[in-house]
Amino acid sequence: MSTEQTPAASTSELALGFSDPVREAQATFKAVMWAVSRPGHRMPLATNLKPPAPLTPEMAALALALADYETPLWLDPMLAKHKGVADFLRFHTGAPITDDPAAARFALVREPGNLPPFTDFAQGIPEYPDRSTTLILAVTMLSDAPFTLEGPGIKSTRSFGATPLPADFATRWADNRLLFPLGVDLLFTTSGLVSALPRSTRITAEA
Amino acid sequence: MTALEQTQTASTSAGMPAITYNFAYLDEQTKRMIRRAILKAIAIPGYQVPFASREMPMPYGWGTGGVQVTAAILGMDDVLKVIDQGSDDTTNAVAIRGFFETTAPGVATTTRTQDATVIQTRHRVPEQQLQAHQVLVYQVPIPEPLRFLEPRETETRKLHALADYGLMHVKLYEDIARHGHIATTYAYPVEVDGRYVMDPSPIPKFDNPKMDDSPALQLFGAGREKRIYAIPPHTRVVPLDFEDHPFKVQHFAKPCALCAATGVYLDEVILDDRGGRMFVCSDTDYCNTRQAEGHRGEMSALPEAAE
Amino acid sequence: MYVAVKGGETAIRNAHALLAETRRGDTSVPEIGIDQISEQLTLAVDRVMSEGSLYDRPLASLAIKQARGDLIEAIFLVRAFRTTLPRFGYCEPVDTAQMRVERRISATYKDIPGGQVLGPTFDYTHRLLDPTLAGTTTEPPAPARAETEDGAPMPRVTDLLGDEGLIEAAPSTGEYPRDLTREPLSFPADRPLRLQNLARGDEGFLLSLGYSTQRGYARTHPFVGEIRFGEVEVELFVEELGFAVPLGPINVTECQMVTQFKGSSAEPPKFTRGYGLVFGQSERKAMSVALVDRALRFKELGEEQSAPAQDEEFVLSHSDNVQATGFVEHLKLPHYVDFQAELDLVRRMRAEHTDPVHGDARQEAAE
Repeated sequence: MSTEQTPAASTSELALGFSDPVREAQATFKAVMWAVSRPGHRMPLATNLKPPAPLTPEMAALALALADYETPLWLDPMLAKHKGVADFLRFHTGAPITDDPAAARFALVREPGNLPPFTDFAQGIPEYPDRSTTLILAVTMLSDAPFTLEGPGIKSTRSFGATPLPADFATRWADNRLLFPLGVDLLFTTSGLVSALPRSTRITAEA
Repeated sequence: MTALEQTQTASTSAGMPAITYNFAYLDEQTKRMIRRAILKAIAIPGYQVPFASREMPMPYGWGTGGVQVTAAILGMDDVLKVIDQGSDDTTNAVAIRGFFETTAPGVATTTRTQDATVIQTRHRVPEQQLQAHQVLVYQVPIPEPLRFLEPRETETRKLHALADYGLMHVKLYEDIARHGHIATTYAYPVEVDGRYVMDPSPIPKFDNPKMDDSPALQLFGAGREKRIYAIPPHTRVVPLDFEDHPFKVQHFAKPCALCAATGVYLDEVILDDRGGRMFVCSDTDYCNTRQAEGHRGEMSALPEAAE
Repeated sequence: MYVAVKGGETAIRNAHALLAETRRGDTSVPEIGIDQISEQLTLAVDRVMSEGSLYDRPLASLAIKQARGDLIEAIFLVRAFRTTLPRFGYCEPVDTAQMRVERRISATYKDIPGGQVLGPTFDYTHRLLDPTLAGTTTEPPAPARAETEDGAPMPRVTDLLGDEGLIEAAPSTGEYPRDLTREPLSFPADRPLRLQNLARGDEGFLLSLGYSTQRGYARTHPFVGEIRFGEVEVELFVEELGFAVPLGPINVTECQMVTQFKGSSAEPPKFTRGYGLVFGQSERKAMSVALVDRALRFKELGEEQSAPAQDEEFVLSHSDNVQATGFVEHLKLPHYVDFQAELDLVRRMRAEHTDPVHGDARQEAAE
């Protein structure tokens, strides 16, 4: 697993992973599971991780809980430019880092304002729509505006917002929804919280 | 402890490697793989996500899919309930509950529906309305609703991709032509959020309406067939039917003989060889709770003998 | 008055206590040891290792003891343990050309370099029950070993044919094989995946399928090019070291079938291959795998599909005895909820049959 690292990254220089992997991985997953089950709802996500900047603790927690040698990771330019981030992720998850977004099972996006088009990532195929990329975004804030959401997991409607996002986010999401059951799923993280937009969710209004 | 250290720990007798198990039996990599499948399943309601199902220490067909899903989601703060045929006390439910009591120390178990955070079930949905924080994990033998119409996975995958469910409608209609009824009484196919047709597992069709717009998260695990699927909370789940033959649930003419409940699913109990029989709640927790509240059916025991 | 049946827990506990007692049998008879199973029921141990997909003689022996000699149950025990083991990596392909051979026969040539070595085999034994084995003190006569052959190179027969261009090159996808135990099987499956499935498949199932190809259900005109059994070295490439380190030897049986030739206007005719490799000594299984492997290659070799042994989905979906036994035996579990649903419908339909107009109402009243 650790054999892919460059010699520079010795264990002593690396930030620590989960101190109680079984418990922390489960708690992190559980928060994500409920986030995806209730799109737009903000789930508490506690973590003590201190990953190398600019990787955020919440992003790191999701990566450690969900990624391993079976799941190539794509890093956005901001994360890719800091070598310590890839070293940290490779060491603790064993996941290969890919620069091909379409080959990634998870994409880590530190600057969601500069989100690449969703279609750059794996969309799944009609027989296997699950073979798609899940994007993990670090946002500065999760809020109740400007979007109104509908779909599975939402009783009638739910309000949702995240900052920063591209100005045409609603259009991009509508295009992603049109591909259903293909398409990407989004996980939003911010300090102490996680929220999700699975591909089944529709944005029905933008305030 | 790294993997290497683990195998280097003291061997037992006769050159036997040390035998140790992780919390909730599954190793962490397996849990991650199952968790990823669960997230995809929730994101694509009703779609069967393939997963690398493991051999479990109980036979395939005996709940290995449900057990793997439960093991992957279970945390030490969870309260687990296991039912089979609606009952906490059937042998397989007892065995699975015992498995988690042994392998997941710290997890509490209960027979009370309302106290559980995770309910693993075979063949029933509890009578009591589930709540928003609860997860219902179904054990599924054959996840493919089209399997008995088309045995080939390569074909059924295509049909789902095209949302081509004509076969299923033809089958149900042939039932009507032959029997005057849709002859499917359990594992009655449903359409999820207007897209995928899904097998609800062999629950009686009586339980189908409980799946619709449920506040709880519903997860389905098929171990032998290596599939996981899901219904998020508050999702539209509609049984397939026809305008002139609308979907109808089973109706029982009499109330439960023990707790007098109506509008619940009943088991038939044969009392003698002269045709004597009675009908009692299949959901034992529901029935016990009602009896404890003082409800009495025509065959119920005296209060002191009831429990 | 009626009191619902309870006590599943107690019943299970008692059943397991009974099982333990029955397993032990008459306590005046000495208890069987794991080492006895490992040394004296070697082929049972081999089968459990092979279909359990875990090369560990003591564990397989323990499983056989625990399973009261039910080999499918023992395979199941081993599989359930195996699944919890951490992975270090994938070993290098074992080189059967370098095998320390204990037995090696070819049906295609009278003599071959390195010679035919009969080794420990039931072949040519007269199947007469041997009363001397009923005693406990029999010391078998020491066998003479073929010293002269020792150390002589034993090239594989298919390699010899290959040198002459008479047999197809071993087909390869060129890709690293996927791992059947780490990802769900999807169709179409490539050959490495099919062979993995067959290697852990049920011996009886594969035997019958292989047999069916001989009886004309996708006949492939097979010859046993070679069967060899012996010890091969397992090696793991360690990236930090930059070379492969030996992990230890294992016993395997390899069968290379030389089968139906094919050719075209572009290419002169060549024989084709069917391959089987299993842990331990099991020629029956290795040969069956080779036959079924060859049958499953029909598409690649441009043959007609006509028989069950060629049907990839059918073969691969039903070969696993742990899956099969679980699902067949799950019918023992309570199904009274679904049966009740069927009962209700059948009663209703019978009532309608008798009285088409009022059947429905009458039935409900009767309940």
